[in-house]
Parts: sequence; structure tokens; C-alpha cells
Amino acid sequence: MIDWRFMGEILPELLRGLVVTIQATLGGFAIALVVGLLLALGRRSGLPLLRRFCDGYIAVMRCTPLLVQLYFVFYVLPAYGVRFGALTTGILVLGLHIGAYLAEVYRAGIEAIPRGQWEAAKALGLAWPVTWAKVILPQALPPMLPPLGNFLIGLFKETPLLAAITVIDVFGAANNIAGQTYRYNEPYTAAAIILLVVSLIAAYGVNRLERFVNRSRRAKGEVAVRTAERPPVL
Amino acid sequence: MLDIGESVAVVLPQLLKGAAVTLKITALAAVLALVLSFLVAAARAAPWTPLRLLTVAYVEVFRGTSAIVQLFYLFFILPSFGVSLSPTTTAVVGLAMNFSAFGSEVVRSGLEAVARGQHEAAAALGMSKLQAYFLVVLPQAFVIMLPSFGNMLIDLIKASSLVSLITITELTFAGRQMVVTTGMPFTVWGLVLLIYFAMAYPLTWVVRMLEKRAARFRGSPA
Repeated sequence: MIDWRFMGEILPELLRGLVVTIQATLGGFAIALVVGLLLALGRRSGLPLLRRFCDGYIAVMRCTPLLVQLYFVFYVLPAYGVRFGALTTGILVLGLHIGAYLAEVYRAGIEAIPRGQWEAAKALGLAWPVTWAKVILPQALPPMLPPLGNFLIGLFKETPLLAAITVIDVFGAANNIAGQTYRYNEPYTAAAIILLVVSLIAAYGVNRLERFVNRSRRAKGEVAVRTAERPPVL
Repeated sequence: MLDIGESVAVVLPQLLKGAAVTLKITALAAVLALVLSFLVAAARAAPWTPLRLLTVAYVEVFRGTSAIVQLFYLFFILPSFGVSLSPTTTAVVGLAMNFSAFGSEVVRSGLEAVARGQHEAAAALGMSKLQAYFLVVLPQAFVIMLPSFGNMLIDLIKASSLVSLITITELTFAGRQMVVTTGMPFTVWGLVLLIYFAMAYPLTWVVRMLEKRAARFRGSPA
């Protein structure tokens, strides 16, 4: 059923697509990390208006499909004179979308720190930058790493959507090949296998990371973290 | 050039027709995904090793590749194997299989969350394994699973936008058509986003309520 020679011929084109996929993944995740942090901080701030805005942003991002958000930015902004390339648009929207999910990860990580730690830092007269840098983050960060890793994998899996706004990632390349040759088996099978292999390797990495974090937590007599399963973010 | 009010009047009815299809596909896929989730979770706990390995492979493949790739695969490749499903069936089956891979994990962790003592208590009361399972464990596990299923339903509404790419005239597809006919991307995509939000947002309230209830059921704070 599968013509392996044809598959070999199209492989270089798909791997060029993989480079774009990885660019989009890393770029989108970098933006998401920053957006998520800003949202998490905004929700903790004393300004009710800012808190409202952050809550609203998260609700809108999480309750509307990534695909439509991509269309919105890609087709609406140019009408107002704002023009990005397709890949830039994709990276931006992925980052803005996943950032809304990461805000929750940050929040859970920070809220897991017992109140007593804040009080102790206050009692010691530590300034807030010192409290964050020396007391809160060193405790909050390690348990956050596995769920962040899962979202990185989730984001990687969603990059094929960018093909809908003409980005030539793995899936976009497969689409092009299928459109030109009218052969569907090989390009889509190859694209699926490439995605699967990368995401299995990444999942293995996250699993190792989780075990590593838990080993050091148990050594300190702390409760092990258990990561929620890989989230389907779309 | 139409003004905003007129253009909304032109576009909205078409979009609402699409939204009805979105709801239909979401509902069908949700029911099928729920059933598959329990079946896959049961198969994964089966004492027969080949079945267990097959289930692990199923879960990893569906979780490890993206929903859109799976939908395209089913849509373009099944016909070449002589299996011809309608686009709607392809969409519902594809989405349900994708979500069942995640759902089976929800089922598994929900069952694990029921305290061991409950099994023992049921045995002490002279219940059979099956009775204990259906009368004691499953009802408690289900309450714990519900918030996760609620979140998955929200994700499923969003994921159903993908089926527009395999030619189904749901909300997103209707949006694309309306942009072509009216040439007003802002109005159309803005409305489409609004309608998705209106469908998904109320569910976040339900999930929050379910989370509170599940936390009470477990006897621990949320």
C-alpha cells in the first residue's frame, strides 16, 4: 500500500517542514512562557481592573478555537495595515493561546507554596525581589517543570494547524505534496510518523524530568508531584 | 459597502446554521469518546498482554500525533483502503478516537483516586468484585472524573473547528464561506469567535461547580 521509494523521495521536503515546525514550537513556547507569567502576575496584582482583564483574556483564549484565532489575526490585521508573515502570525497566536494555559501552571506552582513561607520571609524583613528569588521561586519552579514540558509537547502537536494559514511545516509540506501528486498515503503517513516520533521522544524526556524532580523532592521529605496527562490544547 | 449592522444581519443566520452543525458533531463525538474512554481504560487493565500492548499503542499514537493530522489521515486514506465513510462520520469517529486516548487516562486516574479501603469495605460486606465495582467504586470515581470530562467537552467544541478542513460546513467553514461572499473578515471572524465563546464559556462554570463537588466528595479541599 505504501510506496517506500516515493516516501524516501519526499522525506527531505518533510524534514525541511520539520525545521519550520520546530521553529514555530520553540518561538511559540517562548512567547507563551512570558505571556503566562505576565498573566499570572496580573492576576495576583492589587489592581482589580488588571485582574479582570487577565481573567477575561484567559477565558476568551481558552473558550475559542486556535484555528479561528489564527484566521482572525491572519486575515483581519492586514485590513488595518498590520502585516506579519504567516509563520510570524502563527508563532504569535500559538504563544498568546498557550500562554493562557501556562498562567494556570504558574498559579498552581505559586499557590502550592505554604503561606508560612511568605510570612517567614516577611518576618525576616526580606524585600519582595529577595522573597521571590530566594524563597518562592526555588520551591515553586521544580514542580512546574513537568507540566510546562507537557504544554511544550502539546504546542508541538498543534503546530500542524498553522498549515491552514499557509505555513509550510511538516503537515503543510505533506499537504503540498498530496496536492501536487494526488498521492495521500505516503505524505500523511510520513508526517504522522515524524510527529509521533518527536513527541514520543519529548514525552520520554518529560517523564524523566518528572522522576528527577520527584527524586529530589522525596529526598527532602516533600510530596511527589504528579503531572496531569498531556493536555489536548486546540 | 455595508455597515456593521447590515452585515451582521446578512452573516449571522449562516453562521448560526454552522453553529448547529458544530453542536451536533460535538455532541456525537462526546458520546462516542466517553464510551471509547471506558472501553480503552478497561482494555488497558485487561489481564491479556497483547490486548494491553495494543491499547497502549492506541493511546500513544492518538496522543502523540495531532488531531488534524488524524482527521486528514482518516479522510484521505481510508477511501484508498476501500473504506468510504461520509465526512461527518469521519469527523465524529476521528475526534472521538483522539479524545478517547486522553479520556481513558481520565478514567484510569479517576478509578485510582477511589480509596483502597472502599474495595476492602465492599469485600467485607460480602459484595462480589463486580458488585463492588459498579455499586461502590464506579459511582465515586465518576464524580471525580466529571470535571476532567467537562474540560474535555470544552476542548472538543474547539477541536470541532478542525473538521472545517475536511469540508464539513460547521461554524468555522461557514465563516470562511461568509468571508468570501461578503469580504468582511473582521465582522465574520469576530462573530465566529463570539459564537464559539458563547458555546464554551458556560461550560467553564459547570466545570467549576463539578470541581467543588468532586473536592467535597473526596473529603479534601479543592
